[in-house]
Amino acid sequence: MPEQLVFAMEVSLNGLMTGVMYALVALGFVLIYKASGIFNYAQGVMALFAAMTLVGIQEGRVPFSHLINAIFGTEVHHLPWHSVPALFAILLTVGVMIAFAWLVQKVVFKHLVGQEPIILFMATIGLAYFLEGVADLMWGSEIRTLDVGLPQGINLAIDETTFNWFGYGFFIDNLDIVAAIVAAVLVAGLVAFAQYTKQGRAMRAVADDHQAALSVGISLNFVWILVWSLAGFVALVAGIMWGSKSGVQFSLSLIALKALPVLMLGGFTSIPGAIVGGLIIGVGEALFEFTIGPMIGGATENWFAYVLALVFLVFRPQGLFGEKIIERV
Amino acid sequence: MTMMHYKPHVTADGRTIGNTMMEMKNITLRFGGVVAIKDISFDIREGEIRAIIGPNGAGKSSMLNVISGFYKPQEGEVWYLGEKRGPMRPFEVARQGIARTFQNIALFEGMTVLDNIMTGRLNHMSASFLDQAIWWGKAEREEVANREKAEEIIDFLEIQAIRKTPVGRLPYGLKKRVELARALVAEPSLLLLDEPMAGMNVEEKEDMSRFILDVNDEYGTTIALIEHDMGVVMDLSDRVVVMDYGKKIGDGTPDEVRNNQEVIDAYLGVAHD
Repeated sequence: MPEQLVFAMEVSLNGLMTGVMYALVALGFVLIYKASGIFNYAQGVMALFAAMTLVGIQEGRVPFSHLINAIFGTEVHHLPWHSVPALFAILLTVGVMIAFAWLVQKVVFKHLVGQEPIILFMATIGLAYFLEGVADLMWGSEIRTLDVGLPQGINLAIDETTFNWFGYGFFIDNLDIVAAIVAAVLVAGLVAFAQYTKQGRAMRAVADDHQAALSVGISLNFVWILVWSLAGFVALVAGIMWGSKSGVQFSLSLIALKALPVLMLGGFTSIPGAIVGGLIIGVGEALFEFTIGPMIGGATENWFAYVLALVFLVFRPQGLFGEKIIERV
Repeated sequence: MTMMHYKPHVTADGRTIGNTMMEMKNITLRFGGVVAIKDISFDIREGEIRAIIGPNGAGKSSMLNVISGFYKPQEGEVWYLGEKRGPMRPFEVARQGIARTFQNIALFEGMTVLDNIMTGRLNHMSASFLDQAIWWGKAEREEVANREKAEEIIDFLEIQAIRKTPVGRLPYGLKKRVELARALVAEPSLLLLDEPMAGMNVEEKEDMSRFILDVNDEYGTTIALIEHDMGVVMDLSDRVVVMDYGKKIGDGTPDEVRNNQEVIDAYLGVAHD
C-alpha cells in the first residue's frame, strides 16, 4: 500500500477521534436549543467551569479562597484532605452543575420567557462572561492538570496491529478512544432517556410546542432546569475529556468555537446530527491539513471547519439532520 | 359564599347531570385598557355539555383560557370541585384533571400520533426516574397500562390508520381529532374544547359532534366547549352561556337562549349605542 495512503488513514482515524470530542461540545448546545430555543453561548464556559470545579474538588481546594482570605484576613487554601477519589469528585461536580442549572433558570431565564431569541442569546453571552469570572474567583486562574485516571498515551495494540499490516504503526491516543466510547454511551443514554422516560417525553414535548406541553400538565420550568442540568453534565464530560487532553485553563472555553461549525453542519436540533457533524468536521479538517495544508503553509485547522460548514449551509441551510424548513403560505 | 347545589337529574337521553363542578364568580379580565371579560358568572355541572357561544371577539376564548389557567383574571373567583382555586399555572390546572384543546391546534408536530397521545398520559406516570432507568416492574406495568388506554382512545376516535404518522403530515380535520384524543386520554374530569369544529366541512363537523356526544355519554366526561356554529351548539349542549362584548347576555337551555331577544340582536347585529 502506498505510504501516503497509510498516512492518510492514520490522519483520518485521528480526525474521527477529534471529531467525537467536537461532537461532545456540540451536544450540549443541541440539548438546550431544542428544548428552549436558546442558543447557549455559555456552553464552552460551562465546560471550563465544570472542569475547574472538578479539579478544585479533587485537589481539596477551598472555593473562593482568595475572596475569603481578603475579607477575613485568613489563610485558608486547602481542606484537610488532598486528593478526593475521582468518582466522588465527579458526582459532586454533577451536583454543582445541577445547582447551576437551577440558578440559571431561577435568576435569568424564568424572567425572559417569551422574549425574542436574540434577547435570550444576549443573556447567554452575559452568562458566559459572568460564569468565567465566577470560575476564576472560585478556583483561581492558574493552569491545572486534570487526572481522573483515564488512560493516556499511544495505544500499543493498535500500533502493533497496524505495524504488522502496513509496516507502519498508527499513533492513536488512548484518551481519544475513551472519549469516543464515552460519547457513544452518552448519546445512546440521552436518546434512550428522551424516548422512554417520562421526563424525556416531557422534554421532547416542550421542545416541540410550549403551549401544548402546558396543556398536558408539563411544567416548563422543570423541563428547562432538567435540560440545563443535562447540558451541564455534557459540559462536564467534555470538560473532562478536553481538560485531560490539554489541561484546564481559559482556552478550554474556546472549544465552543469548534462546536459552531459542527452545529451548522449537523443542524442545531439533532443529537445524531451533532455526532455526524463532529465526525465530518474532524476528518475533513485533518485530511485538509494533511493534503492541502503543506502547500499553503499549514495551520488550516483554525478556519477550514468554517469553510466546510459554510459550503454545507449553501446546500442545506437547516443542516444535515435539522428539521426541514417549510414555509407555508 | 356557599356553593349552590342542584339535585342530580336525568336528561331525556338518559345521562345524569349532577352537582356544580366549576363555578366562575364575577370574572373580569383586562388586557391593558381592553376589557375582554366583564364581570361574568356561570357554572358548569357534572356530566353536562356546556357551551359558550358568542360573536367574534366576544371573549369566549379568553374565558376558556381563564378556566384552563392560561389567563389570570384581575377580579373574580374560580371554584373547582368545591374549592376556591388560588393562582395557578396552566400545567397545575391540567394536573387537576382539566384537559383542553386549542382553537388553532397545539400538537407536537414532530411526534407521531401515538406519541402525541401518550404525552396526555404523563400525569398518570408515577414510576420514579430510577424505576424507568432500569425499566423494571412498576415502570413497565405503567407503560403497558398507559399504552392500553391510548389504544382504547385511538379505537374510540377511529384513528387507528394514522397511529404511526407524524402529526405534521396530517390534514386539519384529523389533527383536531388527534388533539381531542390527547386531551381525552388524560381521563379528565372536565374537558375544554376551543372551537372543536372550526374550519371543518359538514361531514367532519358531523363526525366531531358525534365524538363529543359519545365522549360525554360513554365516559361521563363533563365538557365545556366554545363554538361559532349556532346550529351545532344547540344540538349538542345541555346549557348555553352567550357572551357579547365581554358580557354575559344569556344563560340557559338551548331553547331559552334561542328565544332571548338580546341573543338574537347580538347574532343578527343590532346597532349598539
